[in-house]
Amino acid sequence: MNRFYYDLHIHSCLSPCGDDESTPDSIAGMGELNGLDIMALTDHNTTKNCPAFFAAAKRHGIIPVAGMELTTAEEIHIVCLFKTLESALLFGDAVETRRIKIKNRTDIFGNQFIMNENDEKIGEDDFLLSNATTISLEEVPDFVKQFGGICYPAHVDREANGIIAVLGLFPKTPYFPTIEVHDSEKREQYATLCKKDISRVVTSSDAHYLWDISEKKEYFDLDCERENAVEVLFDRLGGGA
Amino acid sequence: MTVAELCKQAGFKAEVLPDPDREISGVYIGDLLSWVMGRANSGDVWITIMSNNNILAVASLADTACILVAEDVALESELLKTAEEKGINVLLTDKSIYDAAVTISKLI
Repeated sequence: MNRFYYDLHIHSCLSPCGDDESTPDSIAGMGELNGLDIMALTDHNTTKNCPAFFAAAKRHGIIPVAGMELTTAEEIHIVCLFKTLESALLFGDAVETRRIKIKNRTDIFGNQFIMNENDEKIGEDDFLLSNATTISLEEVPDFVKQFGGICYPAHVDREANGIIAVLGLFPKTPYFPTIEVHDSEKREQYATLCKKDISRVVTSSDAHYLWDISEKKEYFDLDCERENAVEVLFDRLGGGA
Repeated sequence: MTVAELCKQAGFKAEVLPDPDREISGVYIGDLLSWVMGRANSGDVWITIMSNNNILAVASLADTACILVAEDVALESELLKTAEEKGINVLLTDKSIYDAAVTISKLI
């Protein structure tokens, strides 16, 4: 059994609310400093900074996971994670066609910088990324599965965009084997409330600034080596072994 | 009618009123912030029960005359402080959304 310290919910400078200093390289660097093993980049409704994040993670010795924090039509936030960078990018393209295009006001919402592998700015997304898509909660799990990914409701203990706050209760359908709880002290409480095994309650930072990124605290004990960690982790969070 | 006049005549509580003379031209009701962003018009009174910080960004984007938080929803001091800084009028009422809208309808 090996222990892997993780943070699976991190925003980069591409998310409007993400700090401009949160470039993919700085994120991976902060993870290295903090002693993390696995990190996922999960910008709002886009995966366009994931290639840069993969390159940065390699430099900093981090196991990268390409992801997205998807906003459903109901404004519920769902963390979506993919086994490969390629499948995450395809998922990103698919979500792109389901976005509701509202021009971003950088003075209100912040910049949305797209970065390259060398951590240089190569573009911006002109439309607000964090607002609702036309993808309903009901269709999310199957949609993500088409791209070989896993997904789970983000920060279920939060008022803003948490599944319980929006719907009034944790729904029976669609089925999510895993949940994310923001406050680690509420893990047990929400595991019971949402009827989840505690091993499938994830706690991540939802970092919008570099200093928000998790310390070496939350971990998975996985029966595998580093090379297979993502595979084994996905099996667990996806509801398998 | 201005936001300050609306407060007085409708009995809404002005929690933060940095722009009291802003003219009101209509009303929009909604709690899904993405919908409000795309549909509320400039000068609307936006009636909602949402109270997280994101409502300020949405009100700025849509350029509403004020946010009217209904049902006596508790507002954090942090939200009110930010609203003051950003020049966004925030009103509060213990009326339901429906009653608040009817009240405004009779006045404008």
